[in-house]
Amino acid sequence: MNLNLDFAAIFERWPAFLEGALLTLQLAFIATLLGTVIGVLGAIGRRSSHPIIARICGVYVEAIRNTPLLVQIFLVYFGLASLGLKFSAFTVAAAALTINVGAYTTEIIRAGFDAIPRGQIEAAEGLALSRSQIYWHVVMLPAIEKVYPALTSQFVLLMLASSVTSQISAEELTAVANYIQSDTYRAFETYILVALVYIVLSLVMRAGFWLLGLVIFPRRRRLGTPL
Amino acid sequence: MGGSLNANHLMFLGYGALWTIGLSLIGLLGGGIAGFVIALCRISPSRIVRLLSAGYVQLIQGTPLLVIMFLTYFGLPALGVTVSPLMAAGASLTIFVSAYLGEIWRGCFESVPKPQWEAAEGLALSRSQRMMKVILPQAVQIATPPTVGFMVQIIKNTSLASVVGFVELARSGQIINNSLFEPFLIYTIIAVIYFALCYPLSLFSHRLEMRGGRARIELEAA
Repeated sequence: MNLNLDFAAIFERWPAFLEGALLTLQLAFIATLLGTVIGVLGAIGRRSSHPIIARICGVYVEAIRNTPLLVQIFLVYFGLASLGLKFSAFTVAAAALTINVGAYTTEIIRAGFDAIPRGQIEAAEGLALSRSQIYWHVVMLPAIEKVYPALTSQFVLLMLASSVTSQISAEELTAVANYIQSDTYRAFETYILVALVYIVLSLVMRAGFWLLGLVIFPRRRRLGTPL
Repeated sequence: MGGSLNANHLMFLGYGALWTIGLSLIGLLGGGIAGFVIALCRISPSRIVRLLSAGYVQLIQGTPLLVIMFLTYFGLPALGVTVSPLMAAGASLTIFVSAYLGEIWRGCFESVPKPQWEAAEGLALSRSQRMMKVILPQAVQIATPPTVGFMVQIIKNTSLASVVGFVELARSGQIINNSLFEPFLIYTIIAVIYFALCYPLSLFSHRLEMRGGRARIELEAA
């Protein structure tokens, strides 16, 4: 083993790493936002009394959760192309990640809905709250509050998984690393550094979600329950 | 280019699927052994061992598996260590799985009720006796459903071995696609095969969870 590591040559490229990291965060942000919307709708759909809607949502969740992200990305990439639609790699990556995380979010939020005791809803009805008030204050918010930790770790996993989009040449962090290592022949240093950047990104996301949790769930803050 | 999907292609895909299963087993076995050690370290009486193992888990869980794959496949040769795709993929999966299973199993050890640990101590069992005869049998029961569930993750993640040129299911799909250029059809078939591998495990894990839940409720009612 000839250990002559030269991290300086890699550090020089920090602007490229920074750009890649920002793109990774952008991908994660878009997919998190849209994935949450899909998740809420999907969870409502899965609990729908309409059998066909519930079935469609169930098939979506199981199909996504039981196939690899890599294959999903290729399917979206080539599927759109075969329909004659041309999008940038970034758009395709964001779409594939959204579809992917939407399924996991659906399942997590559904678990939150299921955990709302029936009595709470009956109590709200007894207090003459309107249907929409009940849905928002008694079901939705407490449900999301309950599953907030699970949701946020899913979103951190999503950020890490976005590395796979380098395979359709989205220019995010891992793609930047691949380029730099082929340019400098310093594969070991490059990937060690990139691993560290990912670790920092996941810590940043965790801290961000923790702060966000304090803002959107003030009740939890008052109770002093850890998020 | 040219030609259409024929039996040879399907055979090739089947062969790839076998390697996906093989690689999953390597990951499960290697990661299982290492993960068990990690889980034990995480509940060790020594503070330093606990901290080190927690640091390991944090590092690995904060790094994408893809980067670990690249690091072992491209990074180690740069240091003068030659690795084959199989070695790189197997080692990466082992490292990745060990961090997650270690964390899952730590939770299982800790959810064995405290009085069980204390009773074992009160009966003057040695540390290893307490572990083997009292804690482990109960922890295994708690651990089964999440472990089966995690096997789905392992199978899906073996697809990333394709990026280091290991010919498993996803890679064999890419190879066929290079000659036929029918990506949508081929990747749909690949997805269906992955689904056929993973879905039974998902169902099984869910069933185990339900059964476990019921057993616990019965226990509490008794």
